[in-house]
Amino acid sequence: MSTLLEARNVSKIFGGGLFDKSRTVALEDFSFQIDTDKPSVTSIVGESGSGKTTLARLLLGLVAPTEGEVLYYGKNLERLGGSDRKQFLRDIQVIFQDPFEVYNPFYRIDHVLDTPIRNFGLARGETARKELINESLEAVGIRPEEILGRFPHELSGGQRQRIMVARALLLRPKLIIADEPVSMVDASLRATILGSLLRLNREFGISLIYITHDLTTAFQVSEDIMVLYRGTVAEAGDVDKVVREPEHPYTRLLVGSIPLPDPDLPWEGERAIGRPAGELGESGEKFCKFNDRCPFAMPMCVQSDPPLFQTHANRVTSCFLYRESPELPMAKMTSIFKSATREGPPEDTAQLDGLDAELEVSQENSSTPTGGDD
Amino acid sequence: MVEETLSAEEPTVETKETLKVEDLHVYFHTYAGAVKAVNGVSFVLKSGERFGLVGESGSGKSTIALSLLRLIKPPGRIEGGSVYLNGVDLVSLSEEQMRRKRLDEIALVAQGAMNSLNPVRRIRDQFLLAFGDHDIDVKRSGFDDHIGDLLSRVGLGRDVANMFPHELSGGMKQRVCIALAISLSPSVIIADEPTSALDVVVQWQVMDTLRRVQEDLSASVILIGHDMGLMAQFVDRLGVMYAGRLVEIATVRDMFNDPLHPYGQMLIASLPSLESRKDSLQGIPGITPSLLNPPSGCPFHTRCPKVMEHCKTVTPELQEVRQNHWVACHLYEEA
Repeated sequence: MSTLLEARNVSKIFGGGLFDKSRTVALEDFSFQIDTDKPSVTSIVGESGSGKTTLARLLLGLVAPTEGEVLYYGKNLERLGGSDRKQFLRDIQVIFQDPFEVYNPFYRIDHVLDTPIRNFGLARGETARKELINESLEAVGIRPEEILGRFPHELSGGQRQRIMVARALLLRPKLIIADEPVSMVDASLRATILGSLLRLNREFGISLIYITHDLTTAFQVSEDIMVLYRGTVAEAGDVDKVVREPEHPYTRLLVGSIPLPDPDLPWEGERAIGRPAGELGESGEKFCKFNDRCPFAMPMCVQSDPPLFQTHANRVTSCFLYRESPELPMAKMTSIFKSATREGPPEDTAQLDGLDAELEVSQENSSTPTGGDD
Repeated sequence: MVEETLSAEEPTVETKETLKVEDLHVYFHTYAGAVKAVNGVSFVLKSGERFGLVGESGSGKSTIALSLLRLIKPPGRIEGGSVYLNGVDLVSLSEEQMRRKRLDEIALVAQGAMNSLNPVRRIRDQFLLAFGDHDIDVKRSGFDDHIGDLLSRVGLGRDVANMFPHELSGGMKQRVCIALAISLSPSVIIADEPTSALDVVVQWQVMDTLRRVQEDLSASVILIGHDMGLMAQFVDRLGVMYAGRLVEIATVRDMFNDPLHPYGQMLIASLPSLESRKDSLQGIPGITPSLLNPPSGCPFHTRCPKVMEHCKTVTPELQEVRQNHWVACHLYEEA
């Protein structure tokens, strides 16, 4: 087993220069590993300001950590040399939030697919190039003749985002980091994009890090989840446990705030946990980041920061309410993830029907969608 | 002054219908031709009701919001139809008469409304500007009390009145916008994606605030958006827009438990839930049609799995196929 990408006790602090007193801790003492031999789907969930995008940028080597290091096959990202660097750029792919900004409006769609083929010498000759592009596009449910030769403005946001997935697939990466890939796309198209990402995981063995603020889609696509709050991990582990039976008060608040698409289910929001407790006395140097919003806060919550308590075989919670459970060092967090402990492929084999149905329906209108019981 | 005589002749029979939209057409005239953003939409908003309009981007839902307030700017134009607010047809009013109706009787909480606050004015001044436009004597004493009351009704402290917008968080600014919208006790509040840029916990707070003030005022709300979850949790009745038309209207329970239109069915089937992961990553194939050159017949026929031959030529009309459940689809024509 080898570790593809690892964050080791990483912190990122913005500001705080010589004359600048204001410091923003975007991420605090964070550790995380992605292994090569078990393709996994991990979600990182948090509100704006939770540090989730900073984490993505650290893993991509776009920003350098203030403390700690990010390692690619054990080598520090900041000191990667020529061929290692090139291999890194190929192995780790990213899909950004905005499917409009990533295209150069002056070039046809082909350009965005040709560039990686040229830069990495993926195909020799015109036929091989076309074959590779067609194969990638079909894997994400797009018929090549519909989009090749067209300009970005002629395509919908959903199509553009799927072309980005196809572009990532061209390189056969080991890991795709998708930062809010569906938040700017219509609801009816989200499922298809997430479906195509999942297909890459299942069929091509590519690991996924899915960064989002949306717990429902995180629940749908991933095995493991990390809930971030102001740069720290609030709760992490098996997505079924974390989302369905949340433990950390913040996760409970998040889950309670999701408006579920069923009018018979409650929407409790803040009522899910109640009002903050209030006066806890002077805050120490270390404290639980959630204490000012937490109805269960105790004096110890403002005196020290809670470590990870392992409350279940596949789950850790960073909250003193669970201090009876054994502590787990941050560096070992990913070792209890479901993707790390399971044997063989994930049990929940993906729901890819949507994508297959897509190709079928667009060719001949015969299949009936589910959900219509009339 | 033709408009005034027209509006005077309108029957002002007071029913429980606060707002009634009849066969509304809004086109945007571009060089390439007329974009039919709203193409024959009719619905009724009952007093004290929360009504939702859902649709994909480009389905015309925000255009409806703006045309109800008559804020459509050229090249857009209301081409036909009527909007009766408490019995008065807004489409026939003069610009000045309409200006007086806005905020007083019909108010808007816009998408990203928090960015509509003037960054160099204190919150208090933004209220005074709005009142000034409605001939309310803002010099009267006790006015700060009134603003304080409005702010506390949306769950903000009275001291917020003296702050600048940049001192407030996104959720607080959105609540200031709600306070502004309710400042003259309108009978209709139009909320166009009021929480689209907010985190989920803040979204709950803002929607909870909106619901509370709406019930206080017994005003009606039209919530416009694409988040079906938000609709399920907030509205009483729901209308589904597709390519400039309303294709289905039902109570929120009927819509989620028994959608009739194939688009509504696929939309609801595509929703991710926390219940199970079965069959859940199913999107709707195809793309939304161009409104510049909409397909003939039913606008959904290009993506519909149950398409029939005459769907391609005949446009289905919205009709009540079950009690309070309207649908525009040829599948239900015999019923």
